[in-house]
Amino acid sequence: MADSFDLVVIGAGPGGYVAAIRASQLGLKTAIVEREALGGVCLNWGCIPTKALLKSGEVYDQLSHLADYGLSVEGRAYDFGAIVDRSRKVAKQLSAGVAFLMKKNKIEVVSGAASLKAGSSAPGVVVALSAGGERTLTAKAVILATGARARVIPAIGLVPDGDRVWTYREAMVPKAAPASLLVVGSGAIGIELASFYRSLGAEVTVIEALPRIVPVEDEEISAAAQKAFEKRGLKFRVGAKVTALTKTATGVALSLEADGKTETLEAEKAIVAVGIEGNVEGLGLESLGVTVDRGHVVIDSHCATNVPGLYAIGDIAGPPWLAHKASHEGVACVEHIAGQGGAHLAAPIPGCTYSTPQIASIGLTEGQAKAKGLDIKVGRFPFRVNGKAIAAGETEGFVKTIFDAGTGALVGAHMLGAEVTEMIQGFALAMTLEATEAEIMATVFPHPTMSEAMHESVLDAFGKVIHL
Amino acid sequence: MSTDILMPALSPTMEEGTLAKWHVKVGDSVRSGDVIAEIETDKATMEVEAVDEGVVEALLVAEGTEAVKVNAPIARLSGGEGAAPAPVATPATEPATAVATAPAPEPVGVSAPVRAEGARIFASPLARRVAGQKGLDLTAIAGSGPRGRIILRDVENATPATAAPAATAPRATAPAAEAPPRQVRSLEQLGIPPGSYDLKPLDGMRKTVARRLTESFRDVPHFPLNVDIELDALLEARIAVNAMLAAEGVKVSVNDLIIKAAAVALRRVPEANASFTPEGIAYHHHADVAVAVAIDGGLITPIIRAAETKGLAQIATEMKDLAERARSRKLKPQEFQGGTFSISNLGMFGIRSFASIINEPQGAILSVGAGEKRPVVRGDTLGIATVMSVTLTCDHRVVDGAIGARWLTAFKALLENPIAMIV
Repeated sequence: MADSFDLVVIGAGPGGYVAAIRASQLGLKTAIVEREALGGVCLNWGCIPTKALLKSGEVYDQLSHLADYGLSVEGRAYDFGAIVDRSRKVAKQLSAGVAFLMKKNKIEVVSGAASLKAGSSAPGVVVALSAGGERTLTAKAVILATGARARVIPAIGLVPDGDRVWTYREAMVPKAAPASLLVVGSGAIGIELASFYRSLGAEVTVIEALPRIVPVEDEEISAAAQKAFEKRGLKFRVGAKVTALTKTATGVALSLEADGKTETLEAEKAIVAVGIEGNVEGLGLESLGVTVDRGHVVIDSHCATNVPGLYAIGDIAGPPWLAHKASHEGVACVEHIAGQGGAHLAAPIPGCTYSTPQIASIGLTEGQAKAKGLDIKVGRFPFRVNGKAIAAGETEGFVKTIFDAGTGALVGAHMLGAEVTEMIQGFALAMTLEATEAEIMATVFPHPTMSEAMHESVLDAFGKVIHL
Repeated sequence: MSTDILMPALSPTMEEGTLAKWHVKVGDSVRSGDVIAEIETDKATMEVEAVDEGVVEALLVAEGTEAVKVNAPIARLSGGEGAAPAPVATPATEPATAVATAPAPEPVGVSAPVRAEGARIFASPLARRVAGQKGLDLTAIAGSGPRGRIILRDVENATPATAAPAATAPRATAPAAEAPPRQVRSLEQLGIPPGSYDLKPLDGMRKTVARRLTESFRDVPHFPLNVDIELDALLEARIAVNAMLAAEGVKVSVNDLIIKAAAVALRRVPEANASFTPEGIAYHHHADVAVAVAIDGGLITPIIRAAETKGLAQIATEMKDLAERARSRKLKPQEFQGGTFSISNLGMFGIRSFASIINEPQGAILSVGAGEKRPVVRGDTLGIATVMSVTLTCDHRVVDGAIGARWLTAFKALLENPIAMIV
């Protein structure tokens, strides 16, 4: 077994496996090291299995609104075990798909935990094989794509206990759905899990330390999303600092401080969703002198670390912690290694939250644009006057677009509503191609679709909206 | 088995062209070498020949379609009945190209925006708008986006300095980036109402001519030098030469003699055979003489390469062929790009004297008027001679007055004593 490669990728998540495939396409002899399942958190414990769970929740939700559509069914029930099983099956199927892709692209998969040691042109990779034993791989370049995990704060009890306190991982495979739930953190992960368990009927309270929920989103989106979620029965505590999470006889108790007042919330279970931290441990980064800042490897615009031949992509290299960001970096990094990369293009990265209603955004929020000193034009269009949305009974939400007034550059787009995660790429394409308002206005949007609200929002920013 | 015929690149820099004419229709059998289509760029029309044998299955691009991208499929050929079996070595999926196509565009670095004249500029809408707002010329900005596309950051980083001409390009000048875009008023604003004229849209050649000459006239510091040349000896020599060449069917024109004399004069005064570049003055090794030929819808300047090394018969033969093919727009790009000196002759129209605009990056252009009988003073006697006035327009950055005068003296001496051309 030859142990010398052009490229060794450590971690087979959406950053690593995509990088490996691109490397193979470019003729690099490539190996990929993975200590768990191919596909990483995304396929096994993140993006994909949560979408399966959320779909079950959504369909179950819909059943309570059937009368709106002139329909009725006898009774309504769910089998939680079957919901979880389906989610696991989906994850397995996709992980097997990655295994197939590795084989098809002649990428050697090495199962085990990797660590780095000093090497000549790039660090050597020592793999403690899952099957036992050790194997040393050498390569001209090494890419770290080990991802990240849930951040925990043991000092105040925000740490999984295998029973009542969960991270996203435990929250995806419990034996039964809790009747009540506390979710600490209102980022995408917290909101999605809160949305799912609320769909199944749990009493859910989301606690956010910052003054508004989904704090990375536009201020208006945060406000409208909170209202929409509250309509569905979700409860929120914003600007609330968690002081302690403790266990009670039957569940958990969470103490918090807000506006100088203290409060204690009780529930059956709690989910810790207070961000994530990079998997930088056990890799030998310290001994190589790799620069690590606040749990993330520091990289340049080509994803190179300060150690020659060593690169880092995806979650381990810092936010936004998104699968598509990792894949994008993986491709750019490999093309650079293969000498094929052009100048690094800082394409804007869309963000999606698959709650009900969904949130999707790209670029600057209105607050960020103003903080940058931009003179902006803002357009909005609500789904409540969009024909398709009315017909589908999905009138919640709106589209907001932000333009640089001087150049007509689209600097940000923010959406709340059904299926907006499937529409945001329209704005992503416009921004990457550097369209101005003129090109977007000149684009024909099909009728009737919810995407017409995107068009109208742009028209609104320039005083040309039709249907308002 | 069918193969796609792809849009050929007529020059290494060509990115798109117009499919001017189909010479075949669906169902026609073609053999290797058959002309199947004519492709037009802003400079030339070229015939596309089939390289495979087969039956035309489909014409994928309609006649007259503009801006067809290089390497886009334009027609599909199927192995016709009775056609020879496809060579085993050719995979069925590999598209056959009509002529050798240019290699895939390489990623363009952040320097040296060397673009073909009139080539499409790839720039994002935002980059275009911001460049317009800043008054920057996109042709002088290097793109850092995919395939050299100009994106916002390139425009934001461009200053009049970086938007200067590419250092390695032989082109002497680029439009001054700092110059504000010229406001062109419409005919209507100037008092000519619509409907009182017919508007013929600008074709590629007209746009190129307009842009290049505007740039040259505006940016090249030019001045004219005039001299009168007596032609009687030359006309006699021409009769003798043509008598000798009659058996070969070659006829030397006065213009051919002028080309030859200009080339020999350039050899004798090499300082006049030069181009201005930002790095220095390029002195050319050969006199590649470009000769302006009026063609339908514009003009083009085919080139007699190394004219100083060629005999009159060869120059006459080459010029006849070039002029004919120029008029039918069949010149290859290398046949009209890259001369070192130009000649424009309007003598046949009775023009006595005129001054041409320099064809960048050349250092000078000669304008030739009509040969006509004029009174001449010899000593204190008035006589009659066939006299021609010529004007040398010089790029003062390269050809100073004295150099231009020396060249004209040498040129005049050669024409007035044509036997000197053969020594």
